[in-house]
Amino acid sequence: MSRPGRDDDPDRLYTVTGGRSRSDSDAFDLVTLVVSECEPTPGMQSEHAAILRICRSPTAVVEIASDLGLPVSIVRILLGDLLAASRITARHPRTTASADQLPDPEILKQVLVGLRNL
Amino acid sequence: MDSATSDLTGTRPPLRSTADNGLKIVIVGGFGVGKTTMVRSVSDIRPLNTEETMTRAGEGVDDLTDVESKTTTTIAFDFGRISLNDRTVLYLFGAPGQERFWFLWDRLFTGTLGAVVLVDTRRLVDSWYAIDRLEQHGMPFIVARNDFGGPHYSAEEVREALDLSEGIPLIECDARSRASSKDVLITLVDHLYNLASSARENAP
Repeated sequence: MSRPGRDDDPDRLYTVTGGRSRSDSDAFDLVTLVVSECEPTPGMQSEHAAILRICRSPTAVVEIASDLGLPVSIVRILLGDLLAASRITARHPRTTASADQLPDPEILKQVLVGLRNL
Repeated sequence: MDSATSDLTGTRPPLRSTADNGLKIVIVGGFGVGKTTMVRSVSDIRPLNTEETMTRAGEGVDDLTDVESKTTTTIAFDFGRISLNDRTVLYLFGAPGQERFWFLWDRLFTGTLGAVVLVDTRRLVDSWYAIDRLEQHGMPFIVARNDFGGPHYSAEEVREALDLSEGIPLIECDARSRASSKDVLITLVDHLYNLASSARENAP
């Protein structure tokens, strides 16, 4: 399976992000669901436009990375741009009830019900 | 959906517009142990693949890294997803258990509900490292033995070989079977639920 972008040299990744190698924050989890708030506009960077098209329905960060054939860290930077411009919204995962790392039992109960109904 | 979008997303069905909570479960195991097979068995979508890179400039380089002074770690992983209800989507990640992968654990898998260590009894040694690291990360897990039809070992023998604590569930599975893979996930989430409930009871 050959994927666009997969074997690109680092120079292209450098160009895609305008030279940035890390996002300003870790705002985007792998499974944060991203939703477009507008349509792509002419002249927009192609990766930004592609994200807006992909995220017409909620799409996880990791799915976007897979669709674009870009590493997750690069996609996080691109998403940060779009979020700052209010072109997307982000639905972050809700898992832990507290800082003790264990997930909220209520959420686990929902997951169990969902799995048993598969 | 217009063609410009489906060019990008293939035949993957879109999530419901109400989906707002993505959850993660990681399936860890050695090469060829059946991680992708298990993801495929239960996923709503054909498994996808992506990668993450990490530049570790100025950090100590681990022993397994080539002396070529490579400072970039790249790991590829497969994933699938299951829509559990209108709002909740469970993402399943098949992740390689090798050493370099763990450098990226925090960045990729913080907030993971729990992990399944998928083992092949013909190559139990491959799982030692993964189990060790999960324990270090404080990540709850279960062990699932994928049946490859090799020599049969009792559960006690496998437990002993893996030095597995009493409280950690060990089950047998067939990663090719949807029902069996579903049972593995249910066993994990049951285990997590018990841990989370008892932690709550013991909380001051």
